[in-house]
Amino acid sequence: MLAFATLAASGVVLFALFDTSVDGAYRSIEGLARVPLGLGRLLRGLHRYAADLLMLVLLLHVAREWLHGHERGARRFHWLTGVPLVTFIFASAIGGFWLIWDQLAQYSALSTAEWLDALPLLSTPLARNFLSPASVGDRLFSLFVFVHVGVPLLLLFGLWFHIQRLAHVPMAPPRPLMLGLLATLALLALLRPVNSHAPAALDHVPQALHLDWLLLWLHPLTDATSSAFTWTLVLGGMLLLFLLPFLPQPRRAATAVVDPDNCNGCKRCFVDCPYAAVTMVPHPNQRVGRQLAVVDPDLCVGCGICAGACPSSTPFRSTECLVTGIDMPQLPIDALRKRLRQGISASGSERPLVVFGCDHGAAVNSVQGEDVIAFGLLCAGQLPPSFVEYALRDGAAGVVVAPCADGGCEFRLGARWTAERLAGMREPHLRAHVPGERIELVHAGPGQETLLASSVKTLRQRVQSMTIEADED
Amino acid sequence: MKTKDESIVSKKRPTAPTGAGRWAGQLVLYGLFAVFVGTFSQWPLYHPMGPDQAQIKVSISRVGQPVGECRKRTPEELAKLPPNMRAPMECPRERSPLTVEVDLNDQNILKRVVAPTGLSKDGASSIYERVIVPAGEQKLAVRLNDDIRPGATAHEREATVKLAPGQVLVIDFDATQGGIIFQ
Repeated sequence: MLAFATLAASGVVLFALFDTSVDGAYRSIEGLARVPLGLGRLLRGLHRYAADLLMLVLLLHVAREWLHGHERGARRFHWLTGVPLVTFIFASAIGGFWLIWDQLAQYSALSTAEWLDALPLLSTPLARNFLSPASVGDRLFSLFVFVHVGVPLLLLFGLWFHIQRLAHVPMAPPRPLMLGLLATLALLALLRPVNSHAPAALDHVPQALHLDWLLLWLHPLTDATSSAFTWTLVLGGMLLLFLLPFLPQPRRAATAVVDPDNCNGCKRCFVDCPYAAVTMVPHPNQRVGRQLAVVDPDLCVGCGICAGACPSSTPFRSTECLVTGIDMPQLPIDALRKRLRQGISASGSERPLVVFGCDHGAAVNSVQGEDVIAFGLLCAGQLPPSFVEYALRDGAAGVVVAPCADGGCEFRLGARWTAERLAGMREPHLRAHVPGERIELVHAGPGQETLLASSVKTLRQRVQSMTIEADED
Repeated sequence: MKTKDESIVSKKRPTAPTGAGRWAGQLVLYGLFAVFVGTFSQWPLYHPMGPDQAQIKVSISRVGQPVGECRKRTPEELAKLPPNMRAPMECPRERSPLTVEVDLNDQNILKRVVAPTGLSKDGASSIYERVIVPAGEQKLAVRLNDDIRPGATAHEREATVKLAPGQVLVIDFDATQGGIIFQ
């Protein structure tokens, strides 16, 4: 979003300074180089390099989501609505080069026209629009402007669809990263300015081009192979991206189940669900104004963050069977409480340590030690903070909570919510009187078992030196 | 509700450098990003064509001649037609394909037969081809046939052209300018 915002902001100013005619376009862009203090160069460079950044981020985003298997299940919607956006970004990026109407613009526009002509769609080749300078008129330039301004607007509209069904979508990177990237782009724009080539001359083929290989790679690849090859490559790639969500996939995790009798309509699950799978409706069996959570199984990814958010998930409730307001059938809160009780009572250690981890993060079973009682959760966000206090009261000397790194959470927000709940910044929060020195929060993603083990060791050493009363209340 | 600094829990995040190391690491990473983008956004230079080459572009879009002659309808045929469709002449709708041949220094470098567009084959035939040739003086001969009826003559043009390096010579057809044109 940073790249897109930079492109939009710099693009608006550039458009205000731009002469949208064949004769004036080149002159107006060249005029930027004469703006005092290098502001014109800065503006133009920011626009170009932000486009490069967007392309890199796009490729990394697609690769990351695919490697995490996020094209499947409830996230299929986001994948499928994201694939067309790739073409929008490429089209608007390539179209931006045409507006300068220099030799690079001439080469790119003609190459694109010839490439499109390879499809039997038009009776008259588009490339005939570039036979001579007289062929390129202001009307054709209006089309260029539409491609570069209209397609990004379509892209924005598509992005709106893309992030539907997601809650708490971060629209900007962390502030330090944002400032760092902006400063880097600005420095790049000033130290390696983007310059125009000679004005377009359709009666000559440009001899040498400073091609932006990140954005215009399709043209030289087509020159080196053929239009048929690159069309096959592009359409094949798009088809593959569209088909990936439909390939055989592992069985979907069970989705959250609401128990109306134990749901008090507090909305915490509704607020915390990263995929907007929970909605609130009037409670059918309660007094007027009370609400009930309802889970959409098509949107639920089975992370259990809702169970961790539910105030009814507290293990201190005296009921023999702990039925909470919203729960996961594959790992109910009641089963977690029973296992915790059994684990602590069966531990032969004088000072047992309880480790709550995430099945998608560092493997909790890898932690060595007779004093360790490890619990793998669907997501660390499934852990109600009251379980930490409960474990300490039930005999654990210390508790390690190990979500993945913030930003690396399989379910987007589990690590963040866990940290905020334990820090007392989010409901349900860990109560203030719980001894913090007996709790260790470690962000350990997959492969970071050593970090997890180190945290357990640190906590072990700390609690060994403590005087722990039997029941701290 | 607490603020972030008031956390009661000990936190451990993946070991990250602090102080000067952290700044140096960030500088290196931002620098690598800048070098990567700064380099590949303008380098290496791309040469669409060799320095001693020129380009001949054959770009013709033309509706060919009808594939057959018109004939006069008989009174019986006219009577069978609805009153509003009783045109006295019946002409074939289909057009002839376009045949284009280009010779350079008496050697054929291009030969294309392009069918007319449209479901009834009554649209224009279009050809767009680029041929890279050596720069310098060349003898160029172009033949274009847009009529497959017996006895029809093809359009022809021969000329000696001098092509500068990088020059684009367009071969087009414009009946108002005498047929095949070099521009």
